[in-house]
Amino acid sequence: MRLKDLPEEELFLQGSAACQGCPGSMALRVAFKALGRNTLLVVIASCISVLQSPFPVSALDLPVLNMAFASGGAVASGISAAVRRLKKRGVFTEEPTVLVWAGDGGTYDIGIQALSGAAERNTNFIYVCYNNEAYSNTGTQRSGATPYAAWTTNTVSGKQEWRKDVAQIMVAHNVPYVATASLAYPMDFYQKMQKAKSIPGTKYIEILAPCPPAWKFPSEATVQVSRLAVQSGLWLLYECENGHTHYTSGTARLIEGRSSAKPVEEYLRMQGRFRHLFSPEKDEKRVGEIQERISGIVESLKFTAKMREHIMDLEIMPRP
Amino acid sequence: MSAKDKRKNVKAEAEIGFVTTISFPSVGSAGQTGSWRIFKPVKNEERCNECLLCWIYCPEACITKKLSINYDYCKGCGICAVECPRNAIQMVKEEKQ
Ligand SMILES: Cc1ncc(C[n+]2csc(CCOP(=O)(O)OP(=O)(O)O)c2C)c(N)n1
Ligand code: SF4
Ligand code: SF4
Ligand SMILES: [Mg+2]
Repeated sequence: MRLKDLPEEELFLQGSAACQGCPGSMALRVAFKALGRNTLLVVIASCISVLQSPFPVSALDLPVLNMAFASGGAVASGISAAVRRLKKRGVFTEEPTVLVWAGDGGTYDIGIQALSGAAERNTNFIYVCYNNEAYSNTGTQRSGATPYAAWTTNTVSGKQEWRKDVAQIMVAHNVPYVATASLAYPMDFYQKMQKAKSIPGTKYIEILAPCPPAWKFPSEATVQVSRLAVQSGLWLLYECENGHTHYTSGTARLIEGRSSAKPVEEYLRMQGRFRHLFSPEKDEKRVGEIQERISGIVESLKFTAKMREHIMDLEIMPRP
Repeated sequence: MSAKDKRKNVKAEAEIGFVTTISFPSVGSAGQTGSWRIFKPVKNEERCNECLLCWIYCPEACITKKLSINYDYCKGCGICAVECPRNAIQMVKEEKQ
């Protein structure tokens, strides 16, 4: 599959209220192309609630329910139950996809309870978290997804904690499909959305969404920052189907040694939210800590990949 | 229906006592966002090899699949120019009206 095979139809309409270079609208466009018109969208309080533009018009050409912050999983459960019932009555010729779209605040912090419940019941829906690593809509406050050392309005000298990893928390829920994506790799994201559409049950997809106003970089660099996050090994692209994880796209190239990891410093330097790490002088300690952590993860993934091949060659374990 | 017409519609509905809380999809829901632009993307047709990268990366859906730019809504973010592998798009300062 190639870019030219992607549908031309735009369900995200031009002239929205999104900021210049918004990662949210970029992700929505690709996701809508993958899912098509037969989609019921639930938007959780976030920038996406705002970029639809004020009543009575909307930039989203789909049926949309704008819902309360904590309710993503719960609302999806209700809609999914209604869809199931209407299908039994023969109302649909083709069953619509239920899609929840929430920010990292609405996922990592306030919505995790409802999401966990829906996942445990294996509710049939796709949950997309577009992770801009802060509460952007209300002016950049820290969230559970904000990375170590990043500036936000309430971590002025840099966050002191490491971020948590909700994609892995979803893997631990044993849902049929979990994936991560990047704006710089739209084909990879598109294919993951399409796959999610074809699988019944709960699907969780998280896309890193570098946000120009919150991360403090020029609007033209959204895709460049996304790409560097993957190339440095900081953001891993993978999909986990029924418990089997495999790495995709840029991350697969890193792990298989087909490309070498870029220094994370390059990524950090592009963003004003890390400026205090480099001026007035470089904070060797914190930059070193971040690099060490990333290198550790990439090295262990490389090791695991090698070991797995080795074990499979010995044929002492059943092949997945 | 334009955004303006839709607003009129809702007003009319309110007058007859039927108030809807449903928004309707519309191009230009936030107005002519092209006026936000400071720099304008200008394409050099000869350099373009139709790779479609600018089409898929434009956050505003302002570049059609046939690769023409809609200046009514292009916000001038510059992503298309940065991502074009053949340097076929240049950002040029807007003239004052
Ligand atoms: C219960 C509740 N608390 C606070 C708010 C205000 N609020 C609306 S959007 C938002 C930030 C959302 O952050 P995130 O989910 O990360 O999405 P982003 O704005 O970054 O796109 C907040 C705090 C709200 N709508 N409801
Ligand atoms: S603040 Fe960030 S996520 Fe929100 S609309 Fe602007 S660019 Fe998009
Ligand atoms: S400058 Fe931005 S909004 Fe305008 S066409 Fe290019 S990518 Fe789209
Ligand atoms: Mg956020």
